[in-house]
Amino acid sequence: MIAVENLSKRYGETTVVDGVSLTVERHSITAIVGTSGSGKSTLLRMINRLVEPTSGRVLIDGRDTRAEPAYLLRRRIGYVIQGHGLFPHRTVAENIATVPRLLGWNERRIGARVRELLEVFALDPATYAGALPHQLSGGQQQRVGVARALAAEPLVLLMDEPFGALDPIIRAKAQDDLLDIQRRFGTTVVLVTHDMDEAFRLGSKVAVMSGGRLLQCDRPAVLLTRPADPFVSRLTGLADRAMRLLSLVTAGEAALPGASDGPAVAPTTSLREVLSELVWSGADSARVIDVDGTVRGRLTVAAILARGRP
Amino acid sequence: MSGAQLRAVRVSGASLTRVDPLGAVLVAAGAAALLFLPFVVFKSNRIVPGDPRSLIQVLPAWGAFGCAALLAMSALAALWVTDARVRLMLALAGIAAVALAAAAAGDALTPPGDRIVRIAPGGAFWVLMVCLGLFATDATTRLKPGPAVRVLFLAASLALAGVALAHGTFDHLSVMREYAVNAERFAREARQHLKLAFGSLAAAALIGLPLGVLCHRAPRLRPAVLTTLNVIQTIPAIALFGILMAPLGALAAAVPLADRLGIRGIGAAPAVVALFLYSLLPIVANTVAGLKRVSRAAVEAAHGMGMTSWQVLTKVELVLALPVILTGVRVVLVQNIGMVTVAALIGGGGLGAFVFQGIGQTAIDLVLLGAIPIVTLAFSAALTLDALVEVLDRVKA
Ligand SMILES: Nc1ncnc2c1ncn2[C@@H]1O[C@H](COP(=O)(O)OP(=O)(O)O)[C@@H](O)[C@H]1O
Ligand SMILES: [Mg+2]
Repeated sequence: MIAVENLSKRYGETTVVDGVSLTVERHSITAIVGTSGSGKSTLLRMINRLVEPTSGRVLIDGRDTRAEPAYLLRRRIGYVIQGHGLFPHRTVAENIATVPRLLGWNERRIGARVRELLEVFALDPATYAGALPHQLSGGQQQRVGVARALAAEPLVLLMDEPFGALDPIIRAKAQDDLLDIQRRFGTTVVLVTHDMDEAFRLGSKVAVMSGGRLLQCDRPAVLLTRPADPFVSRLTGLADRAMRLLSLVTAGEAALPGASDGPAVAPTTSLREVLSELVWSGADSARVIDVDGTVRGRLTVAAILARGRP
Repeated sequence: MSGAQLRAVRVSGASLTRVDPLGAVLVAAGAAALLFLPFVVFKSNRIVPGDPRSLIQVLPAWGAFGCAALLAMSALAALWVTDARVRLMLALAGIAAVALAAAAAGDALTPPGDRIVRIAPGGAFWVLMVCLGLFATDATTRLKPGPAVRVLFLAASLALAGVALAHGTFDHLSVMREYAVNAERFAREARQHLKLAFGSLAAAALIGLPLGVLCHRAPRLRPAVLTTLNVIQTIPAIALFGILMAPLGALAAAVPLADRLGIRGIGAAPAVVALFLYSLLPIVANTVAGLKRVSRAAVEAAHGMGMTSWQVLTKVELVLALPVILTGVRVVLVQNIGMVTVAALIGGGGLGAFVFQGIGQTAIDLVLLGAIPIVTLAFSAALTLDALVEVLDRVKA
């Protein structure tokens, strides 16, 4: 668990982060959103002490982050930035091995870990281990950046607009990968983004920042239904808040008992997608069916619409 | 005439009518030199003006014919052959022919056992060497050899020249006569030359690298430091020696230890200090430029991974800046090898001693004894470091 307590950062007269308090649950993803210049990166960088706070403190699992030298703290925290920041003079394998080397792992363990991560990120070790970063595509570079951050099995992963430089299709894939990885390793993730869709898709909680202050940090649905500040509802978008809400609920969660002869949808489909499917096919209800064919229930248009309101 | 027609004419006439423009100039210059300038100059002793002798006068008939034939082939290649490999081979053959012809002329014109007469290469020899050298350089450029090939080629050329010199091929030429008289001193001055050039480079690297890093880290310091170094660069060498004489002389007078270490107003000390000061600008400026070029994201990531500041500097920043820094080292090394020559004027020694002594005695051969190795050294240093920079730069393109 990460506890941010009354954290502030001032540069001269300007306060860039202003008294932010925030808890990040273990094994969760928290997305920090806000307009550009609102202090998101500064807040994130104070967690691994790339920026030293002016006041306040950060506890990770109850331990003050200032209890050890900053560089030792950072070796236990993964860090991914926009534009990946891979070392251009080192191979993919050497890049991934950076933190394990700093920690003094033996070569056998490093080699095994590098191979494991390359496979997890669908990069064939035979082809990519010895490649230099500039020989990879943008999406591959970004994956190596995440693999490098995860190499020493950190409990916490900080990401600053990690997918900002990717085109939409590769970005969606990278987001799915991140969700998989996060589940697989149980990493606690704090992610900065200015893309609301990304925040809603990835964040189990979303923190909204403006002018250095944290306006609200809550589950996405709560942000939509009970915004703490007019700015929050403006940022999350008034026009399509109903659709946003629908996209947060899956068919499996919302399915009601009953039969339907409408189109079949998987339980993992979002209500937004189910609704779209119903509009397209002209049916009034959809069948929710598992991959193995078990019927989980049905979803009527009315039931779906009811979920799009607070 | 339309473009297509023009191209058609070019293609059909390519083999005979299109003369290589550089080749034409070089062949014209070489031929004119052979016709109007002496190939060697015969002097009855080292300072009298000599008698000009042409190639035909000095070589036995078969030798003159062989040399002329090779030169004619070089000329034909320079004019019409497009294959760069053939051009290079014939350029090198031409250089060898001219060098061996000069050596043979030396042997032929020197009375047996004589140590007084001097056979000096004449105007035609030098013009031919320059033309053939340019021809070879042009052919090499067209071949675009990789860095390793270039260095190997340099090493092979130097080795070949070394073997010929050791074998005594050129012993009857005037420069080698001067060498024979000065052999021991030559070795000493050459060592001194290298010591001064590399010593001041090492000192400049030792101080300049940290200074460059400092300027990079503290941008407010940068303009002051770079301006100061720029101003130093504009002071002429002789003036700088003069400026340094007073304080170093005073230091030697005040501190006996300094005097005993050789730190005096004249001699090697002011030369090293001056060269060191000149060397700082390229090293510092290139270190700053190299570090500035390093991707900010990579540096940020390095800190974020938990590298210490020292590790970020040595394992990421300096490694990535190295090609640019080495470009600075190349500038300094070539500059120093040349400028050490002037150090001889204030008693600093080095190969410049022969140059200035030769000028004083109007003994041009002695000047060449100093100048040829200096040029060779500077050229070799430039070529080797260029190759190194290219290799390093390619790794991380
Ligand atoms: N080192 C610094 N010195 C002065 N101002 C800074 C510094 N770093 C960031 N800032 C300012 O702090 C504000 C917030 O920056 P940042 O945290 O990067 O915002 P965000 O990531 O939300 O776009 C910006 O106005 C920026 O100009
Ligand atoms: Mg930012």
